[in-house]
Amino acid sequence: MNRQQGIAARKAIVVMLAVMALWLPMGVSAADGKDPAPGRVMARQATIGQEPWTTTDHSKHAALQKQFGNGNEITAACLACHSEAGEQFKQTIHWTWIGDTTQDGKVLGKAGDSLNNFCISTKRMNDKSCQDCHPGWNGKTEEINCLNCHSQKKVNWSEVFEDYNAFAQSDDPEEKEMAREIQTEIQAAAQSIGRPTRQNCGECHFKGGGGDGVKHGDLDTSLTKPNKSLDVHMAAEGRNFECTRCHTTVRHQVAGRIYSKPAATARKSLIQDDLTAKITCEACHGATPHANGHKANDHTDKVACQSCHVPEFARVLPTKMNWDWSQAGKLKDGKPYKEKGPDGTLDYMTIKGAMTWAKNVRPEYAWFNGTMKTLTVKDRIDPSRVVAVNEPMGSPDDSNARIFPFKVHRGKQPYDKVNKNIVAPMLSGDDGYWKTLDWPRAIEKGMAFMADVPYSGQFDFVATSYVLPTTHMIAPRENAVACVQCHVRQGSRLADIAGVYMPGRDRSRLLDILGWIAVFGGVIGVGLHGLGRVFTKGRKKE
Amino acid sequence: MSKHMINIYLYTRYERLWHWLQAAAIILLLLTGFEIHGSYALFGFEAAVAVHNFVGLAWLIAFAFFVFWIFTTGEWRQYIPTTKKLLSVARYYGYGIFRGQAHPVPKRIDAKHNPLQRLTYLGLAAFLLPFQMVTGFLYWGYNAWASWGVNGLSLGVLAVLHTLGAFCILTFLVIHVYMTTTGHSLSAHVRAMVSGWEAVPEDTPIEAWELAQPKSPTTSET
Repeated sequence: MNRQQGIAARKAIVVMLAVMALWLPMGVSAADGKDPAPGRVMARQATIGQEPWTTTDHSKHAALQKQFGNGNEITAACLACHSEAGEQFKQTIHWTWIGDTTQDGKVLGKAGDSLNNFCISTKRMNDKSCQDCHPGWNGKTEEINCLNCHSQKKVNWSEVFEDYNAFAQSDDPEEKEMAREIQTEIQAAAQSIGRPTRQNCGECHFKGGGGDGVKHGDLDTSLTKPNKSLDVHMAAEGRNFECTRCHTTVRHQVAGRIYSKPAATARKSLIQDDLTAKITCEACHGATPHANGHKANDHTDKVACQSCHVPEFARVLPTKMNWDWSQAGKLKDGKPYKEKGPDGTLDYMTIKGAMTWAKNVRPEYAWFNGTMKTLTVKDRIDPSRVVAVNEPMGSPDDSNARIFPFKVHRGKQPYDKVNKNIVAPMLSGDDGYWKTLDWPRAIEKGMAFMADVPYSGQFDFVATSYVLPTTHMIAPRENAVACVQCHVRQGSRLADIAGVYMPGRDRSRLLDILGWIAVFGGVIGVGLHGLGRVFTKGRKKE
Repeated sequence: MSKHMINIYLYTRYERLWHWLQAAAIILLLLTGFEIHGSYALFGFEAAVAVHNFVGLAWLIAFAFFVFWIFTTGEWRQYIPTTKKLLSVARYYGYGIFRGQAHPVPKRIDAKHNPLQRLTYLGLAAFLLPFQMVTGFLYWGYNAWASWGVNGLSLGVLAVLHTLGAFCILTFLVIHVYMTTTGHSLSAHVRAMVSGWEAVPEDTPIEAWELAQPKSPTTSET
């Protein structure tokens, strides 16, 4: 090469490198996704001015200034103004514990035929301990305790009127004074009225299954005052959403899934329908919430938001993962006992059996269209395999279905060996298992309240599973599930999800084998050819 | 080589730019593609996807310019397959090269490709690369299939086809890189693709205008 050619060559290289370099910044900007996510901008606009306001001050209402001797009097005072509220509320599942839908003629709901694998059944609302969460007065289903959900002051209603009436009838001035103090407390509670707070809803929903974090992995008392890393929406320091911010309520009907009825049937944003329930992420965030061009937007047709944005549940408090009723009834020194595990969780209780708890649990994933199939006390089971007490409905071909995260609670619970159905033992009360530790009697008593279901008298225990959709505890975006946690050959979070091809997880094994044989065959081939040239180099000079 | 060698200007600026641009694109696509495929971790899955999509689309656009160039310049004639001397070229690489024999079809400005190269590059430019671009583009547009009216296509099948194309291209790349060392010196072919100037035996029939660069009228010598 002469000098001119050398210069030309160098110029050419510089030009080519420059052209290639032009690509880089564009490629990088596509990769890092720094543009603001439109979904976040939209949601922020939708929730501007969230300061709640009201045109009334309940502490000034004459109806609430009187002396209340029992709960019904408070209800009457509420309904004196809110004339339709009682009728509205009594039609909701919060009151009836009956689902809006039926399943093959079976009545869904806690007060119906539905079961779970925690305390199994309310025995048609006859198990007293279950009634603690019913929003009537003192476990009765007569008058509504409006304050359960609407009072900003927490009062133990099952005791407060008993105490008040006892002291008020006394002649002792000291006890009279105490009665006055209790009445002040009652009035204060009746007068501090507002929309339900996380505290109100959490009193039952954080403690489902009989204790903090027992039932839901994504609902426990850590959400009363969560920080941002636990829940970006409810964070007390941040947006501070109450439950009702998303569980929008119309005539006391709170938005949310009810057994086989999905939380929302249409995926609509507020732009499409400004009165749509905000129960779906899409309502505020839209269907393509991520930065323009971000691959995550292409996932929203198959993957639920929660699947990536709730990387683990029970991130502060432990949740119950397994409940083996068959281990119940063991005695220590002839007495019932409890045993705590290293983390302070109740791992064994004579009255309840063996339990395991866990924190920071990776959800299990399944196709879910918002409908849950629930096993009822009337359904026949196959005890030779794990019985799904409920299971998510949906398939890859269902355009409403998404891959959704679940807490799966496993356990063992009693079933009728002859009739092949799950049975509902009475737990609380004098005849309940918790007092008698007598399974045959407890099951007999429990099933007596379900007269339409025959009980053979013969029982055993069967392994069961129960799924709970994971939708709360939305983590900050930097903690969202990364691509490789699913798009990976080994240990993918979605290892069991069928019906979709996932790059990184899936491949044709045969093609991979043949392909690499071709590539390495090529390498070996050219290697041998090259070696051949090296060794024969001498000959061509001959 | 005993023969006196002279330099000819074989590859125009655009051809060289296109060659190296495409080389860079293909290497990046292979690196990121096999990472997405799950063969290894290098850039990180998310970055690999972003780079793969971007480079893939850029390549697609650039390829349109190549198609325009190849037809407007008549260079497509370089890709017309021929069986003439095909066997002798194959015999050369399988035998003659070890004996120090001369290449049966030396490069000329109007015949840059020997018969084996013609077949290979026709297969590549007309079939394999477009196949990879089409399968890749469909893969990329997976979410828009319904709106494009694409029915009955399975992502699983498409992905396997795209992977098949990738293995073919990677295998080609291995052999292609090796073949660059078979010039009169190990780096001669690579240097030619950088500078445009290739050394060919003196007695190769060459038109006068081939000898000079457009900007420099002087004849070049080794």
